[in-house]
Amino acid sequence: MSSLSLERGLYDFKAAIDAPIASFFSSCVHCGLCAEACLFYVETGDPKYTPIRKLEPLRRVWEQEYTLFGKLKKLAGFSKPVTDDELEEWKELLYASCTMCGRCSQVCPVGNDIAYMVKKAREGMVSSGHAPEPLVGAATRAVKIGSPMGVKWPAVQNQIKHVEADIGLKIPIDVQGAEYMPLLSSMEIINFPEYLGALAKIFKQAGITWTLASKAFEATNAGHQIGSSDIERELVARVVDEAERLGVKFVIGPECGHAFNAIRWDGPELIGRPYKFRVLHIIELLEQLRAEGRLKVDSKVTERLTFHDPCNMARKSGIVKEQRNLLGMVATNFVDMPDAGIHNWCCGGGGGANSMEEFEHLRLKAFGVKRRQLEAVEPELLVTACANCRLTIEEGLEHYKMEIPIAGLTEMIAEHLKED
Amino acid sequence: MENSMDFLLWVRGPAFDVAVAIFLIGVVARLLEILLLGRKSLHSEPKGAEFSSGLAEVFKRSVPLPDIVKRGAVTLVAGYVFHIGLFIMLFLFVPHIELIESIIGVRWPGLPNPVVDAVTVITLFALIVLLVHRYIQPVKRMLSGFEDYFTWLVTFLPILTGWLAYHRVVDPYPLILGIHILSVQLLLVVLPFTKLMHAFTLFLSRWYNGATYGRRGVQS
Repeated sequence: MSSLSLERGLYDFKAAIDAPIASFFSSCVHCGLCAEACLFYVETGDPKYTPIRKLEPLRRVWEQEYTLFGKLKKLAGFSKPVTDDELEEWKELLYASCTMCGRCSQVCPVGNDIAYMVKKAREGMVSSGHAPEPLVGAATRAVKIGSPMGVKWPAVQNQIKHVEADIGLKIPIDVQGAEYMPLLSSMEIINFPEYLGALAKIFKQAGITWTLASKAFEATNAGHQIGSSDIERELVARVVDEAERLGVKFVIGPECGHAFNAIRWDGPELIGRPYKFRVLHIIELLEQLRAEGRLKVDSKVTERLTFHDPCNMARKSGIVKEQRNLLGMVATNFVDMPDAGIHNWCCGGGGGANSMEEFEHLRLKAFGVKRRQLEAVEPELLVTACANCRLTIEEGLEHYKMEIPIAGLTEMIAEHLKED
Repeated sequence: MENSMDFLLWVRGPAFDVAVAIFLIGVVARLLEILLLGRKSLHSEPKGAEFSSGLAEVFKRSVPLPDIVKRGAVTLVAGYVFHIGLFIMLFLFVPHIELIESIIGVRWPGLPNPVVDAVTVITLFALIVLLVHRYIQPVKRMLSGFEDYFTWLVTFLPILTGWLAYHRVVDPYPLILGIHILSVQLLLVVLPFTKLMHAFTLFLSRWYNGATYGRRGVQS
């Protein structure tokens, strides 16, 4: 990422504007309803967090470059140019106070997809040098080392050894022609290694062939979070190359929202062609196996539990009933929180937001809405399917002194599998 | 009386033609300005239908989410009242229907004048509520600039002058009728170049948004 400059940033803003974005800006009537959908505004009451305002620099570039009136205004010297100082101020608005959860895109009365515009605006923030430092670091590590948290293959091998010793099953690596190739997220490798063991147990029971790829184990896509399509493309391409070389039929996205979004939806657009394999979220695959009768449990969770729908899974990928069917198989007392499903409230840490430590206070404040959702159903256990949501929620619960254990759905299923 | 009659004839004649021409050319130019930007072709494997979901969203988006109804009650209620009122006044007031018939030759039944009269008063009231709310509600106030207040005025004037003309409050009548028509022309001329353009682009925006949901298999 050399030669970052305002010029490059403005060029990328300009390049980001397509027909949908021009239509969205033309349609906005400044009604302010998007604010009412945003957890950062709802919890702080500060109007600066109004979603559409986060696009103000991009909006002015659109007006000045792509509208007749704006061009005339610019010629006459009446338009306000976008400056470095302004973009520096917008760093908080476009990153720390936006997780690209997309709830605003659901409520805008004229139909503006605001989250789509935020993702596009981040491109110009990166090239103008106004992306947050921690995300720049993560993206640099992802490109150079292969993982945003600096996890290298030997570290994964180490975890694999532990997992194999633990469950007594072999983890297949680089197997040519395996049917499924699951990806892992850094967070899972470091914080939740149980996930890998859970996969091995489940796949064994279901009798499917699978493999990890030593050159493409990492699903986390720092390019997606920071908003750099070049970096996102490069990281996606590593997975695509290995998956196609190994000839797998399915690549399985992990319990990590943005990672799934990047490989499932952004990837083919970035590399400019369809994949030679299909992409499924692990929960989609598990539901498929359940429906085919290939998953059998011999015990159930009896505690009162609820499910936090990760934005990238529910709102962005339409995976809603799958996790509920699976919970029906493995739990006896499942209750939904208010607004659950595609209208669920974000954990507050997605889209790279929780990498910015200086804004922890803001995230914890925004967590207030999750707290109320949880208080409404008083669960004894909270289940989710995104390592990043899980970490953010753990922090929030700790801050508000709420003692609710959290589990990943895949592990929970693996724990209750019928032993052969 | 002479002068006001001349004024009315000018408003209904050359001024009307110019305003309608600017409106039509403006709307088409703005739509082209947007659509010609195009969008990238998509390669990801769709989970659902794009086109039909986009179309469905055009209608579905008119129904707000329950928690937004609570949080944005003033904007939503006054906004709905205003838009429905505008539709009734514009298309169900008999003199307007007659005007449309004289241009395109199609007519439909209208509402009794006293009903439209009541609707007009309610609509004017809703617009005043929206104006005050825009000024006092922190989010809307922060988002608002000259254009927001100007477009409010340009929308308010045709309704107010139409109501005054109907009640013959101003003498001579041709003067107020002429002012009413002129205010409509101002609205027509301003519309393509301001946020009032949402009357057209809203269909595009809702479609794009709904198409994404459809493609991704989200049951919005």
